[in-house]
Amino acid sequence: MLHIVVCIKQVPDSREIRIDPVNNTLIRQGVPSIVNFYDMHGLEAALQIKDQYGARVTVVTMGPPPAEKALKECISLGADEAVLVTDRGFAGADTLATSYVVAKTIQKAAETWGPVDLVFCGKQTLDGDTGQVGPGIACRLDLEQLTYVVKVEEVDPVNRTIKVHRALEDGVEVVRTKMPALITALKEMNKVRRATLPGMIRAARYKPIVWTTADFPDIDRSKIGLKGSPTIVAKTWVPEPRKIDCTFLEDDDPKRLAEKLGEALWEKELPKKMGWVS
Amino acid sequence: MSRQEEHMPDWSEYRGVMIYVEQRDGVAKNVSWQLLGEGRKLADKLGDAPLMAAVFGQDVEHLAKEAIYYGAEKVYLCEAEELRHYRTRPYSRLMLDLIREVKPEIVLFGATATGRDLAGAIATHLPTGLTADTTELDVEPPPSRLLLASRPAFSEKMMATILCKQYRPQMATARAGVFAALPRDPSRTGEIIRIENQMSESEIAAEVLEFISHTGKVNLEEAEVIVAGGRGLGGPEPFAMLKELADALGGVVGASRAAVDAGWISHDHQVGQTGHTVRPKLYIAAGISGAVQHTVGMANSELIVAINKDPNAPIFQFAHYGIVGDLFKIIPALTEEVKRRRTLFNVEAPKSESAAATEAAATAAANSTEAENSKNSTELMNSSKSAESGG
Repeated sequence: MLHIVVCIKQVPDSREIRIDPVNNTLIRQGVPSIVNFYDMHGLEAALQIKDQYGARVTVVTMGPPPAEKALKECISLGADEAVLVTDRGFAGADTLATSYVVAKTIQKAAETWGPVDLVFCGKQTLDGDTGQVGPGIACRLDLEQLTYVVKVEEVDPVNRTIKVHRALEDGVEVVRTKMPALITALKEMNKVRRATLPGMIRAARYKPIVWTTADFPDIDRSKIGLKGSPTIVAKTWVPEPRKIDCTFLEDDDPKRLAEKLGEALWEKELPKKMGWVS
Repeated sequence: MSRQEEHMPDWSEYRGVMIYVEQRDGVAKNVSWQLLGEGRKLADKLGDAPLMAAVFGQDVEHLAKEAIYYGAEKVYLCEAEELRHYRTRPYSRLMLDLIREVKPEIVLFGATATGRDLAGAIATHLPTGLTADTTELDVEPPPSRLLLASRPAFSEKMMATILCKQYRPQMATARAGVFAALPRDPSRTGEIIRIENQMSESEIAAEVLEFISHTGKVNLEEAEVIVAGGRGLGGPEPFAMLKELADALGGVVGASRAAVDAGWISHDHQVGQTGHTVRPKLYIAAGISGAVQHTVGMANSELIVAINKDPNAPIFQFAHYGIVGDLFKIIPALTEEVKRRRTLFNVEAPKSESAAATEAAATAAANSTEAENSKNSTELMNSSKSAESGG
């Protein structure tokens, strides 16, 4: 049977974060935590493979203890096991340090439940917004790397291949590769299912498995958390909001109104900016 | 902020700025030339730092020359059948070996799907720090030579400057359309150094079976003009009207989340938090109220025009020019006005990116006798080791 690991992250809903206008700091209070929604599309893709071919689905997350709630949500949708890897030492991790710990976790999941065939991640997280952890994990575990996937067209458990569609800026690339592979999911990939009643009951009773650094005897402490993170945030600032005084153009006749706008755009040297004239 | 007291390792072996030139079928992405433009500034500020480019693919020699015309002093060129399509393993292996050999202090990639895919793999292998999606780049002058990589954070509400002090090279991906390319100058000269491909087909599992190019070619991030529609359009049909205006301006059609969620237009047109972040030279918002979800994705456009029937719509706070009125009357009139002006001022039709690139390629081919030192440097990468995969 296929073993699929889905990596998720509980994130503050960055759309809800506001800036304190007085001291220019982030107001995190009252900001809800959500499962990074790209990750849920990865979970759904894994569950669809499970429905079609049969698979064991293990969900893993690195984060503080409240992330258990996110794991239970995944169990309610049909994941088989859920692992929280948590340790104070992980705090302050950038993408390099994060991919190290998550890769270690996937290795341990493989030792516990069998070799891993597929790993799903979201395309990126809403808070970090980098898209770098997926490639980082693929690199560390020597997995085939399939980023920005919109469709899993075919899984061949016998020949151990997978065929996917990747959405790039200028088109869709159809690529086939061998498993084990890591896929990063876009939201267009699928529609995330709702929990069933038995699923919810199972989730309510389920205790996520918790691993800490003590469960990883060979972990290299110089590679985790702040210490294992090459990048540091030197400063943050709130960009000056662009103060724009909107010039309203008025005319009862649409044609004359269009002429006024045309004139304004040409005055702003649109043809030159566009390279229509040299 | 004084950093004198901090211990900085000796990085004197690492010199120069390297730009990864992304291409498909021999046509480079504009962001590559934009990064060469920005890289030129960084290299000049560092002083003794060469500006380098990496061009990988098949039949891409003309792009190595183009890279020189756009400011590169040295171009590392690798042509091989295995590199015809981008694939993570052969490209990352090649780039990794090149970085280890040449030791640039800064490496920049476009923050495109391919750029992020490649940079993410390389940064982990090296290992080094990688800053995603930067919109401002600067360097501290010697002796620190630190890259100050700044990027928007928390849905563009904040900016953060990120440093990588203890590892080299310093790497970043950078957004398309933010930095300015140098004017293309075929009189610039530089050195093209050929390098060997590192992986044979038998070592590469991934097969690119097909590439389905976007019909209508919606590339919002590289578009110079976007005409976007929202809830005020009332249905899918009026997007045809926006398309006519976009065509007249040489631009593309965008949309708000409301229009996409209503199913009027596909998601690849969506501008905003869950869509694309754009910075065109001209952004026309028609029937878009201006929810934060939308404005975070377009507020940095150079020139913004808003057309809305509600004079209190927040979109007007972001617009340079506002028209309160019926977009169904104004848009067609504006289309006619643009056509009239462009005929009047004898302005030729705008070139698409690919047309411009083809022309550039033809020019490059015609100029192929120009003096560039193209030398074969097989020794450069013979001693490569297989990429590490351990944690």
